[in-house]
Amino acid sequence: MKQKENPIIDVSNVYYRYEKETNWILEDINLTVYQGEWLAITGHNGSGKSTLAKCLKGLIMPEKGTISVLHWDTTDKEKLWDIRRTVGMVFQNPDNQFVGATVKDDVAFGMENSGIERQEMLKRLETSLKQVRMFDYVDREPHQLSGGQKQRVAIAGIIALEPSIIILDEATSMLDPEGRKSVMKLMRHLNKENNITVISITHDLEEVIHADRMIVMNDGKVIKEGKPRDLFQSTNDFEKVGLDLPFTIKLRRCLKEKGLEISDNALFEEELVNELWTLYSTN
Amino acid sequence: MNNLIIGQYFPGDSYLHRLDPRSKLISVFILVCIIFIANSWTTYGMLFLFTCISVAASKLPLRFIYRGLKPVFFILLFTFIVNVLSMDGGKPLIDYGVIHITSGGLVFSIFITLRITIIVMITTLLTLTTPPISFADGIEVLFSPLKKIKVPVHEFALMMSISLRFIPTLMEETDKIMKAQAARGSDLSTGPLRQRMKAIVPLLVPLFVSSFKRADDLAMAMESRGYRGDVGRTRFRELKWSSSDSIVLVLVIFLVTALILMRIRGI
Ligand SMILES: Nc1ncnc2c1ncn2[C@@H]1O[C@H](COP(=O)(O)OP(=O)(O)OP(=O)(O)O)[C@@H](O)[C@H]1O
Ligand SMILES: [Mg+2]
Repeated sequence: MKQKENPIIDVSNVYYRYEKETNWILEDINLTVYQGEWLAITGHNGSGKSTLAKCLKGLIMPEKGTISVLHWDTTDKEKLWDIRRTVGMVFQNPDNQFVGATVKDDVAFGMENSGIERQEMLKRLETSLKQVRMFDYVDREPHQLSGGQKQRVAIAGIIALEPSIIILDEATSMLDPEGRKSVMKLMRHLNKENNITVISITHDLEEVIHADRMIVMNDGKVIKEGKPRDLFQSTNDFEKVGLDLPFTIKLRRCLKEKGLEISDNALFEEELVNELWTLYSTN
Repeated sequence: MNNLIIGQYFPGDSYLHRLDPRSKLISVFILVCIIFIANSWTTYGMLFLFTCISVAASKLPLRFIYRGLKPVFFILLFTFIVNVLSMDGGKPLIDYGVIHITSGGLVFSIFITLRITIIVMITTLLTLTTPPISFADGIEVLFSPLKKIKVPVHEFALMMSISLRFIPTLMEETDKIMKAQAARGSDLSTGPLRQRMKAIVPLLVPLFVSSFKRADDLAMAMESRGYRGDVGRTRFRELKWSSSDSIVLVLVIFLVTALILMRIRGI
């Protein structure tokens, strides 16, 4: 097992609002992210997930409280660019984050900003595009790519910068199930093989069940935190904050309501199937 | 929508295509300036010959050059007629009512028309053989001395390349909005002009709103990828000055010197 005890991001008592004298958008957020883990952040629209992500990346500064990334405070102007380099972020809309005129220009954009030598750029360009399986499209222009392909290019642009942390802010919400699956598979690979810490922001609880840990946000507060398996033991709270439960969990609950003796443990389809077919043999 | 050519760039691998955008930009600039020195059959002939050789060196189908000239065809004709009718000199050729055409006026009109034709041809050639993005790069590098006096050259070039990149995106979006409005019964293609102009407003407003949203997102994405202006930046796209670029510049300078000398000598 890889080590997941080293904190890489530390958020303590953070408050944030876009305009003075309004309600807090983030209210007393406390959060630790560990090196190499997959953390899912979920919550309804407007619960402050993207705002929190922007804080973690140093794009906005908390009004109260502190955020440190690799022990650098995000308010430290001298370290700001180091922080932005450490934390890569993939945004929701694939079109609005494609800066370059072609795939290779776009992947190079971040590297140009970090002042990486051209030779090194070419090397990283190739490896990162091969990792997202977009190397054959290196000369394509954005309008010749599908949304999922653009999103992979965005990911390549981020991994070329070799960040320790990647934040996906609803990065797959505009993709079809196939595109979503392949992006998630890629991210899981990066998480496992390259030991990149992944913070995945999503509404989709199906995606969340694969995370190491999850937090649920509601109106700017963290209302739940823990392992998906533990949090999904009780399902009411998710529906209370307007989130749609994963299929397995719903099915599990329906079956229980019908009187079947199923534990609250099954998270994946396979586990539920296993429980079902062993249900009578154990009794 | 898919085979949309931004600008007019026509991909190819000719001598002109391979030239560095800087040498092309400089040459075209010099030629456009120098054309005003020409004032005789020989000098115009030389320039025209040079242009024709360039066209040949671009290996482009002639219809592309023709396509570049077509929009200005009316202007050419108009200039020609106005000049023929208004300029005097030399022998009278036709004298019929209000129409006076003299040999001097005719020659002068031919020169003027030729001048515009040559300018259009070489600029068309430039845009046909240079990808827009190299164009932006060339401009950035050529004007980079101006950075010293705080002209935002880098920002300008980036603006150019981003606009180029977003043209197809916005076209697609316009198409989408147009269809959406058509589905709501708005009619853009028929009816009197005034009515059609009015129908454009509901098209432009959503386009503007979404463009601002895009710009906002893009700025955030750029900043998040470490963009902080022209500070400590390396370049991925390289401009390579080769010997053919030097040759072209020497040729152009040679032509310019010849033209100036001929003008002084009155050839
Ligand atoms: N630039 C801004 N200026 C002012 N208010 C903003 C701005 N961006 C977001 N907000 C407000 O902050 C709140 C939280 O927004 P945020 O984008 O963080 O939500 P979110 O959880 O990411 O939602 P979604 O699931 O829709 O992406 C919302 O009420 C929103 O209206
Ligand atoms: Mg959001």
